[in-house]
Amino acid sequence: MIALRRLFLTAVGLFLALPLIVVAGVSVNQRQSLAFPPQGFSLSWYGQIFTNPEWRNALIASLTLAAFSALLALAIALPLAWFLWRRIAPWANIFQLLGIAPFTLPPVITALGLLTFWATTGFYGQSWTAVISHGIFFVTLPLVTLSLGFSAIDRSLVEAAATMGADDKTVFRTVVLPLILPYLVSGYAFAFVLSLNEYIVAYMTVGFTMETLPIKIFNALRYGYTPTMASVTVLFLGVAAIVFGLVARFGDLPKLLGAMSEDR
Amino acid sequence: MRREPPQRPADYGPLLFPAGMLTLFFVVPFATMIAVSFFQREQGGFYTPAFVFDNYARFLSLFFGRVLAFSLFLAVAVAVACVVIGVPFTYLLSRSKRNIQIVWLVALLSILSLSEVMIGFAWSTLFSRTAGLTNLFVWLGLMEQAQALTPSFGAVMTAMTYQALPYTVLVLYPALVRLDPTLTEAARTLGASPIRAFFTVVVPALRNTILATLIMVFIFALGCYLLPQLLGRPQHWTLSVLITDQAIYQSNMPFAAAMAVFLVLVSLALVGLALYTGRQKEAK
Repeated sequence: MIALRRLFLTAVGLFLALPLIVVAGVSVNQRQSLAFPPQGFSLSWYGQIFTNPEWRNALIASLTLAAFSALLALAIALPLAWFLWRRIAPWANIFQLLGIAPFTLPPVITALGLLTFWATTGFYGQSWTAVISHGIFFVTLPLVTLSLGFSAIDRSLVEAAATMGADDKTVFRTVVLPLILPYLVSGYAFAFVLSLNEYIVAYMTVGFTMETLPIKIFNALRYGYTPTMASVTVLFLGVAAIVFGLVARFGDLPKLLGAMSEDR
Repeated sequence: MRREPPQRPADYGPLLFPAGMLTLFFVVPFATMIAVSFFQREQGGFYTPAFVFDNYARFLSLFFGRVLAFSLFLAVAVAVACVVIGVPFTYLLSRSKRNIQIVWLVALLSILSLSEVMIGFAWSTLFSRTAGLTNLFVWLGLMEQAQALTPSFGAVMTAMTYQALPYTVLVLYPALVRLDPTLTEAARTLGASPIRAFFTVVVPALRNTILATLIMVFIFALGCYLLPQLLGRPQHWTLSVLITDQAIYQSNMPFAAAMAVFLVLVSLALVGLALYTGRQKEAK
């Protein structure tokens, strides 16, 4: 029985790992050929990401977009989650629903909605529109982690602070903020990593004026193969693994995921 | 601090920015899209405000019907495949040690966040002639010669299952972690084999969860837009691909918007159904 269980887990693990192993393999090929097992060993394709101006610009564009849009998502989610926790206002739940909707619906819908919106308002193609678009698209993640964070706060703590004369602002800064900080960080981390990898919303809003890394890979795929695609994929996978590894190290990942779907 | 209804207008302060942003950049774009779906298309990619049903009338074409039928079929197939693999997998995962669980969860999250472009690229590499799986088969003596496995339906299906599996596991995870372990223990004590206990106790206990997960994965698969393009032939295109194609390459925004509105309605109906089935278990 234990053998059967091992076998099944290994099979699933292999299915999940196989494409990534091959990609990691082709990323270290010496020449620009799609060969596996790799012929020779070279890390130059990883260097390409940083030295080739096209790939470097795409990397910078992606990182900038992810950093700012995750910040915007957090700026929208934090006051909303705080309000919903602090006040009894059932109608305000509609905004929570709006915050979760973009992530639950097929992404092409949000992408097309934003495309028609930016085209109608005349801002189509401006790079800041991508930040807003991603900020809205990924607001779900910090919203869910923060709702969870707030629900974990012991209300008597806050009560004590209030009885001793602290107003909302002081309570928020001195009691609530330190308690929800881990959820704030993990919400940002989730939004950041997903924004880094997002294709369709970025493509539909700024695809013709700006290249993020996923857009760059897609465009490059049409003209053939270059091993840099493989090295970028490995790099992104590494970034995601490190970020989620850190979330797991400093937070409670099973709990975070156990409640994430509960809210959906 | 007790929860209390807002008393002064200033109490609504925190709501101002989130409500404004979500309204301006989600509700308004959504409404714009619905409006555009009724607009009249002009030559050269422009459109003028109007109130016509032409864009919706195009749904009645055979071509659209075929794409819709294929999209639904593909999404169902992917959802079933993911649940068939995902349920036993998540069950075993939820019964393993905490440290092992965390390692798996980090790996699953990393793959889930991986860009669809990269997943498409990875599978096209694995299915290629020069670096692909068939080389392994040749080496093992199972095949005469290495060959490319793309474009094909199998490639699209495999890659979409790959993309949706981590999502499936993470949707199932909370329910399975909380599943009372004494349930299976009781079955085991009464002499059922572990596999029998799984199928006769775990699966029936989770019937509604599994159904709700099927629907969620179905919607997730419905949103897939790049893999059919990268790994399939034009007849493997889904509704999402068609929407992108009409909006960007054919510059027919009104038709794309009409299809998107249709997709929203289908998804919302299904989300409603998923929530309803999810609730059922509490009602019991």
